[in-house]
Amino acid sequence: MYEKDGEKYFIVDSHIHFWDASRENWKSGREEFAKGWIDCFYGYHQLGPPETHWDYEKYLKVTPEDFERDIFIEGHVDHAIFQSTYLLDWYTNGFNTIDQNSALLEKWGDRLIVNGRFDPREGDAGLKQLEVDARRFNLKGVKVYTAEWYEGSRGWRLDSPEAYRFLEKCQELGIKNIHAHKGPTIWPLDKDAFSVSDIDAAATDHPGLNFIVEHAAIPRIEDFCFMAVQEPNVYAGLSVVIGGLMHARPKFFAKVMGELMFWVGEDKMTFGGDYNIWVPKWQVEGFVDWQMPDDDAFTDYAKLTTATKKKILGLNAARLYDIPVPAEMQLETTAGETGAPGHELVDDTAGAQA
Amino acid sequence: MSTSLHVAVENEVWAALGTVLDPELDEPITDLDFVESCTVSADGVATVGLRLPTFFCAPNFSFLMVADAYDAVSAVDGVTSADVTLADHHASAEINGGVAAQAGFVGSFAGSDQGEAVAELDELRTQFFRKAALAGQDRVARPLVDAGVGPDELAVMNLGAVPPSADLARMRERRAALGLPHDDDAPLLLHGDGSRVSTAQVPLHLRRARLQRVGIETNGEFCKSLLQTRYAATAP
Repeated sequence: MYEKDGEKYFIVDSHIHFWDASRENWKSGREEFAKGWIDCFYGYHQLGPPETHWDYEKYLKVTPEDFERDIFIEGHVDHAIFQSTYLLDWYTNGFNTIDQNSALLEKWGDRLIVNGRFDPREGDAGLKQLEVDARRFNLKGVKVYTAEWYEGSRGWRLDSPEAYRFLEKCQELGIKNIHAHKGPTIWPLDKDAFSVSDIDAAATDHPGLNFIVEHAAIPRIEDFCFMAVQEPNVYAGLSVVIGGLMHARPKFFAKVMGELMFWVGEDKMTFGGDYNIWVPKWQVEGFVDWQMPDDDAFTDYAKLTTATKKKILGLNAARLYDIPVPAEMQLETTAGETGAPGHELVDDTAGAQA
Repeated sequence: MSTSLHVAVENEVWAALGTVLDPELDEPITDLDFVESCTVSADGVATVGLRLPTFFCAPNFSFLMVADAYDAVSAVDGVTSADVTLADHHASAEINGGVAAQAGFVGSFAGSDQGEAVAELDELRTQFFRKAALAGQDRVARPLVDAGVGPDELAVMNLGAVPPSADLARMRERRAALGLPHDDDAPLLLHGDGSRVSTAQVPLHLRRARLQRVGIETNGEFCKSLLQTRYAATAP
């Protein structure tokens, strides 16, 4: 919980990691990639305020004590959601597997949520594994990477029949939240396997599921917004958006927030602090203090209210994950409700009011 | 080569590099600070070193920039051969070798343990020209909107009626590359299929154009900040 000027904010950080990028974990013969990956993250780290920058060695691997302090003690976070990232090709024990989080889960199980994963190309075995994981971790969400390569396949689509089997299984297992990573494409792909074009039909055909597009699909935020405006169950995950822009590029942070407020709306945005690319403290405090600038260039964009910030920082994600919110911090939000596709455009609540 | 001729050739090479775009950001690689070094030897060998914001920048975009830089520099009068290389990138070896051998994108990644490429990049380039052409409509129309020009006027306005500007010239170039109307009789506001935007459609169309511009420019800001971070600090 974060309190400022008499207002109490319930904080759900819906995108965190607990990684091991230490040199001992760099896979033999793949050191260049293991180092390249974490160096890339370290570049993003330095887009935060200078006083929050860590030494590179510390950045490679934090301890459970660091985690506890950065998230719960100093970070204001009430509940946090782990998104796993395996990368077993480069890191001997994986970059951040579900198992690495277990020590933290033992201690903080009531405040930490673990998301699982699936890959439709794993077929029946994958479906079975999803069932096992769902029972073991009481999964409410999964993270998927549509651009991953697998046995000669160069990515998959959420609107494919194979993926639909998994989405239906998710519904059956009570997994409501599908987090899709739609970030920069890395491998020499001739097509964009992180394109958001597959979310459209998948979201329409599964109104009972929520599709949270992480990083608001940057570097293709326009494709995301054009799609999300028509889909009531599509959300913008603000991971990287706040951390990467609010301090380093405030003018562009304002523009991106303005566009997301217009096309997606304050009920459909979720905070993600991306620990440990950055710690949540400065992001939470900075966002509560932040306001759309007054200059002419921003007059078309909506101002953020205290309610807007409360919803984005925690209440929307709390609805998606059924996290109980103390009554004094609760507000109405349409997050998690089902609506008809395209209703925002039809009702003139987005797009047509320019 | 005389000293003055030598300087002239070096300037020409720099100017040639200024025509090379980052396809995603729609900005010249010289403005983006992607050109780390650029020299021409006395016998006309141009040596150009490129760099990018991260080790994992998409290899397809990276390849296009190195290949385009090679073509642009090679075409300069007085350049006898060009050596264009990309540093500090996970696919430096494939890209540099492939460009030097004029192997194309597919050829460059043939047999690579990074994975093979299965198609050339023309469609990718076209996709980003389409985005640039839409963003350009915001750049060109926004000052008119700010000056009070309304949807009725904007819907019928042609390019010939728009005051000349660098943004207008740039938008015409992108449209020309896509085969879209770009002369003085061409509509200012245009759908992706080349048809005119109606009065009723103007507000939403402008919203889309602005979002497109914000998208491209935000990507550019990310790349610029990451490049600064990467090359200002001493890498550990």
